[in-house]
Amino acid sequence: MIEVVDLCKDFGDIRVLDGINMRIENGEQVAIIGPSGSGKSTLLRCLNLLERPTSGQVIVDGIDITDPKTNINLIRRRMGMVFQSFNLFPHLSVKNNITLAPLQLKLATKAEAEERAAELLRRVGLLDKINEFPQRLSGGQQQRVAIARSLAMRPEVMLFDEPTSALDPEMIREVLDVIRDLAAEGMTMAIVTHEMYFARDVASRVIFLDQGQIAEEGPPEQVFKNPQGERTKAFLAQVLIN
Amino acid sequence: MWDSLELRRRQRRRSLYRWLLSMPAVLPLLFFTGENVAALNTIFVGQSAEQSGGIAEEFYRNFIEGGRYMWLLDGLLLTLFMSAMAALIGMIIGLILSVIRVSYRAGVRIPILNALAGAYIAVIRGTPVMVQLLIIYFSIFGNLTDIPPVLVAGLAFGINSGGYMAEIFRAGIESIGVGQTEAGRSLGLSYGQTMRRIILPQAIRNVLPTMFNEFITLLKETSVAGFIAVDDLTRAGNNIRSKTWSNQPLYAVALIYLVLVLGLTRLLSVLEKRMRRSDRRATGTD
Repeated sequence: MIEVVDLCKDFGDIRVLDGINMRIENGEQVAIIGPSGSGKSTLLRCLNLLERPTSGQVIVDGIDITDPKTNINLIRRRMGMVFQSFNLFPHLSVKNNITLAPLQLKLATKAEAEERAAELLRRVGLLDKINEFPQRLSGGQQQRVAIARSLAMRPEVMLFDEPTSALDPEMIREVLDVIRDLAAEGMTMAIVTHEMYFARDVASRVIFLDQGQIAEEGPPEQVFKNPQGERTKAFLAQVLIN
Repeated sequence: MWDSLELRRRQRRRSLYRWLLSMPAVLPLLFFTGENVAALNTIFVGQSAEQSGGIAEEFYRNFIEGGRYMWLLDGLLLTLFMSAMAALIGMIIGLILSVIRVSYRAGVRIPILNALAGAYIAVIRGTPVMVQLLIIYFSIFGNLTDIPPVLVAGLAFGINSGGYMAEIFRAGIESIGVGQTEAGRSLGLSYGQTMRRIILPQAIRNVLPTMFNEFITLLKETSVAGFIAVDDLTRAGNNIRSKTWSNQPLYAVALIYLVLVLGLTRLLSVLEKRMRRSDRRATGTD
């Protein structure tokens, strides 16, 4: 349902993404891995146009979202995004963080939105924090609220941008478990991650990005156990030993 | 009746101890009853108030006689009205200008508006408020003589304050991390919705102390409104002075401003304390 065609992105003189072509089908869980600076996050952020590509196209359900005439807000409603740094709204309670967008966009009544918020919080195990403010929560809890906030929009795709990179080690699992559950339910997702074992277990496909290009892609067993490219081998040798 | 030399000598002497008195204790001065003042007068100059026509009598002439305290009260009302009106207008203008400026930098570009906003801020901040007031009253509103000058003054101070508020709000908006905007936009909120519901509430909270400082400045700046015939607090005091030839009303005026400013400062510190408390609750360190 998401198709990327000849995507390039420059930051000044530096080419961060260099001719990316890829597809994410409905129900797929795509893990994007690669060394830092390889353009993983930039690629993910191009998928909902938080970064505007320098050239190339991103096509969502047949709609070219890089076309200036496309209403990107409507597309983004269908694509949830979870950030490395959570980005919860500090001036709003957990409940209002979750209900803000559905209410602002008039997609639900107040009662419906609040009921949905409670349901989502129960799902991520934080129903008791519904009236708390974000700063009062641990990093792992904040990230789970952020996931609930995204899900409140009933997205068709979830984009995870290094969702556990800012977490203390003991909080990584609780967040990964939530993502794992989502994947098990068949949620379409693209996840940029440094958690190789998680990528191996959860992803239906792995994309290895290096220097702005897709160096290798395939099912996790193939990419992790039997990498073809030299760069993939070198990278995996480094991260899997640690 | 005294001859003029004697009058001047007495006035000089009286103004000296009045000055000494008013330095540490302007506040009690207002509440002095006639008897107290008379007693003080007796102590300081060895004469009773009745004999000398001292402070008590002067106080009576300045504030009681002819109901002149009402001049000050009416003036205070006008000052407060102008300040409130200007604060409101200033906040609205400031908010609009700052959003235009910030949006332009963020890529939501309307070049004409941005240029106008920049010019507005430059002109307002680059010219004295006094000159702005005179131009607005005599030139821009010059032909509309049936508009009460106090409204013109309120508008002028609001227009002036808007230029400063714009910069205050801009700093506040820019203090909010880009992640907040990205989170809002990624949920499908428009730029405007994100600004209104996510960025501005946080930004305004961050600049509350600076905004209060602007209110305080504003309150004091309205004292030049007398130049366009608004009988504000300052001018009311000066009107009394010109009637009674006494400087007491000026001290009274200063005192009233001081009390107002101290009140605002106090209000701010209460607000800040409240905000800190809710921050502490938020970070769980209490």
